[in-house]
Amino acid sequence: MNFVVPDFYPAAAEIFVAVMALVIMLASTFARRIASNLAYILAQGTLIVAALITVVTMDSEITLTFSSMFVSDLLGDFLKLMIYFAVAIGLLYGRGYLADRSMDRPEYYLLTVLMTLGMMVMVTSNHMLSLYIGLEMMSLALYAMVAFDRDSVRSTEAAMKYFVLGALASGMLLYGMSMIYAATGSLDFGGVAESIYHQSANKTVLTFGLVFVMAGVAFKLGVVPFHMWVPDVYHGAPSAVTLMIATAPKLAAFAMALRLFVFGLFDLAEHWQTMMLFLAVLSIILGNIAAIAQTNIKRMLAYSGISHMGFVLLGLLAGVVNGDQHFALNAYSSAMFYAVAYVVMSLASFGMVILLSRAGFEAENIDDFKGLNKRNSWFAAMMMIVMFSMAGIPFFIGFFAKLAVLQAVVAAGHIWLAVLAVIMSVIGAFYYLRVVKVMYFDEPEDAAPLHAAPDIRVMLSANGLAIAVFGLFPQGLMSLCAYALMASL
Amino acid sequence: MTGMPLLSLAIWIPILGGLLVLATGSDRNAPLARYLALTVAFLGLVVTIPLWMLFDTSTSAMQFVEFAPWVPRFNINYQLGVDGISMLFVVLNAFITVIVVIAGWQVIQDKVAQYMAAFLIMSGLMNGIFSALDGILFYVFFEASLIPLYLIIGIWGGANRVYAALKFFIYTLVGSLLMLVALLYLFMESGGSFNILTWHQLPLAIGPQTLIFWAFLIAFAVKVPMWPVHTWLPDAHVEAPTGGSVVLAAIALKLGAYGFLRFSLPIVPDAAHAMAPLMITLSLIAVVYIGFVALVQTDMKKLVAYSSIAHMGFVTLGFFMFNALGIEGALVQMISHGFVSGAMFLCIGVLYDRMHSRNIADYGGVVKTMPKFAAFFMLFAMANAGLPGTSGFVGEFMVVLGAVQFDFWVAFFAATTLILGAAYTLWMYKRVIFGRIGNDHVAQLDDIGSREFAFLALLALCVLAMGLYPFPFTEVMHASVDELLRHVAVSKL
Repeated sequence: MNFVVPDFYPAAAEIFVAVMALVIMLASTFARRIASNLAYILAQGTLIVAALITVVTMDSEITLTFSSMFVSDLLGDFLKLMIYFAVAIGLLYGRGYLADRSMDRPEYYLLTVLMTLGMMVMVTSNHMLSLYIGLEMMSLALYAMVAFDRDSVRSTEAAMKYFVLGALASGMLLYGMSMIYAATGSLDFGGVAESIYHQSANKTVLTFGLVFVMAGVAFKLGVVPFHMWVPDVYHGAPSAVTLMIATAPKLAAFAMALRLFVFGLFDLAEHWQTMMLFLAVLSIILGNIAAIAQTNIKRMLAYSGISHMGFVLLGLLAGVVNGDQHFALNAYSSAMFYAVAYVVMSLASFGMVILLSRAGFEAENIDDFKGLNKRNSWFAAMMMIVMFSMAGIPFFIGFFAKLAVLQAVVAAGHIWLAVLAVIMSVIGAFYYLRVVKVMYFDEPEDAAPLHAAPDIRVMLSANGLAIAVFGLFPQGLMSLCAYALMASL
Repeated sequence: MTGMPLLSLAIWIPILGGLLVLATGSDRNAPLARYLALTVAFLGLVVTIPLWMLFDTSTSAMQFVEFAPWVPRFNINYQLGVDGISMLFVVLNAFITVIVVIAGWQVIQDKVAQYMAAFLIMSGLMNGIFSALDGILFYVFFEASLIPLYLIIGIWGGANRVYAALKFFIYTLVGSLLMLVALLYLFMESGGSFNILTWHQLPLAIGPQTLIFWAFLIAFAVKVPMWPVHTWLPDAHVEAPTGGSVVLAAIALKLGAYGFLRFSLPIVPDAAHAMAPLMITLSLIAVVYIGFVALVQTDMKKLVAYSSIAHMGFVTLGFFMFNALGIEGALVQMISHGFVSGAMFLCIGVLYDRMHSRNIADYGGVVKTMPKFAAFFMLFAMANAGLPGTSGFVGEFMVVLGAVQFDFWVAFFAATTLILGAAYTLWMYKRVIFGRIGNDHVAQLDDIGSREFAFLALLALCVLAMGLYPFPFTEVMHASVDELLRHVAVSKL
């Protein structure tokens, strides 16, 4: 047996982040006094340097390494950059919040970095096992982060729920993967695809496995009927952690879906598209209707997130029409654009929740936004932009995300699906408008000035304005998504 | 033609100016916000005047065209242009914006900068609607214009403002999102183009045509509003501040009607012909039934709101008879209604500012304390009733003539508007203005000041000018309307 040294270069960013995780662990052990500040700075530095490494090693060629368990392509690089970006902003928003609640312990930043590493492994995996390892790494870090406020009953309960259901989903995913292995004799996506293409796989076992894999992915995306954990975890977790859960992991889960279904199981598209159709329709309906009943803004955003993930699935299921793969690129890049747009909006929305919170006070209820226009009209305008963008009103990025996905759906001939999606969007507009209503039409109940560090204020403003700017000029981001996908397929 | 991108200026001067006004911030800078807003509104008006002056009346082609790629990935272009149908609305909109800024000068003391900014931004967006030649660009402006009006009604409105604002928003959104699906379908059918003029030439089978017609109908009927989806309008009008009502009546209602001419008739002409009986019936119900509803109103604003619905019923009636008199009459009616309904709401605003009541029963004998005001109100009330010599007469008369060509019974029912309109408007006028002085509050009323005099006089001039010499208005429409009728007469099947 001869040992071949793998090519480490394409995985430079992952290796760097892994090393930095250890550095942060050690540094925070030895420099106790400044541990949390140091860990924060190191974590942010890690993300920035990792981004630089990713940019430097970026290559439009598709490179496989580590016995083709790892793939370096533009899709992975693009999503990794978005993930660093989202995590870095999430850290920045959460810092003051955590400090106010004495939760800014170095372990938090360590977990964040590990979570990032897990997501990076997910988006660059070319093999079911590496995908699974990345997923578990991300999830375990997130479970711990949800429970980070260890004295809070609600947080621990949420973490427990998340953990048990997450473990169940992981189990299903693994079970499905083993079925696919049984049918195709291969675990890397290329091999699976080839085996299915040559019709050498056992169809029954394969489809059976597909169902389980789909359930696992649906859980991670948080779509109906695998959404039960989403509102409780969003609600129970400290807002800074909710922000983390609601942003970058969605991109990672999207990448997981893309790698598994498009790179591995593309020739079964007819099957998984039908499953996604049900998931998407249920998510859009239930997410939007359940959100109306919420008084807690974190729960409302959780349900709204469910419906947004339904829209992402709408994009994914419009790829193959009666065996014609002509629309695939357009559909998948629309879905990707939607996911990226959602992350940008989600960051800003939870950023606002954190902005309004202060020591001893959680701005969790929609009523806590009352009269924000009178208290601070600038941030009221930012929140309004986020809400209208999520509702899909132009000139904001959410509109073009919806347009892209609906366009793909109509092109695939599912006009009734587009009609259903827009009707549900109207219902969705109702609860987004309610937030605008309390901010602008109601009198403030809480006259306390906003208590937030300048860096959060600047970043949140930039985040809000980005939603408007990308809404006015969506072309760049859209073509980036399309180009990254095209170069990787 | 000039090399200036006039339409872009007409759109972006108010929007960017509005953002600038917003930047003046708190109410300590209110005077600055007011003067800045007036300057911006005036500039916005100035750039639209060349549109009319330099308009080439001999052609039906789009003029002042601008083109730039916007989102090449979906072939969405920033494509602007006006023809005889849309040009006047851009000018009207810019004009009304100036009036609204002046009208809100003293009345609004709370969050002045936001108020002025909302109106300016909305004005720019509505110019965008009238001049967009790209389906998505149209849609984007159409939807975005909901936001400022939602805020205007919700922030500065009356007691039940939240309900009214939400109802307004949701009603309009339902319609416009279905339109989005229709636009995407047309995009696909036309092989990847959002160009409205390309869609005009696109052959379509009757099945898709009917569905597209319905999608557009829901979008535009809500906006017009046509019976039976009109119920949001009285609520929105009653709760909105005066400026909001003026813009709503004078411009926002025209968007739906304009949509019929730009989208429904030329893109799906066969479905439009097939649906014409339905449309005419709905229009006549609006004219007759809503006319009676207006008669029994006790709230002045509600009365004028219902009269707007009836007048807009006249407009849709004119469109769906497919003759030149009908369509031109409807267009004239739209412009005239812009002046007259705007003026009516301003007059009610003048009374409301003094008495804080819109109830007809709270007034009586106002002529004795406010004679100058009573004179203006008289003129506008007469115009609303369609008295010859005022702008209200021209459009109604043309539509009735068109209806006579079309069908006697349609003309018969349409003509009842002349009686009903006179009945509800003049009866209200009589109860508010004439008679004995109703109560002590009326006895202490001050007559209109110079600012109020200025905007009422300006509108009175427009109403009279258009009534006595409508030629400059109809002249610009001929070529475009003729072309539209020729186009609609050819089947696309």
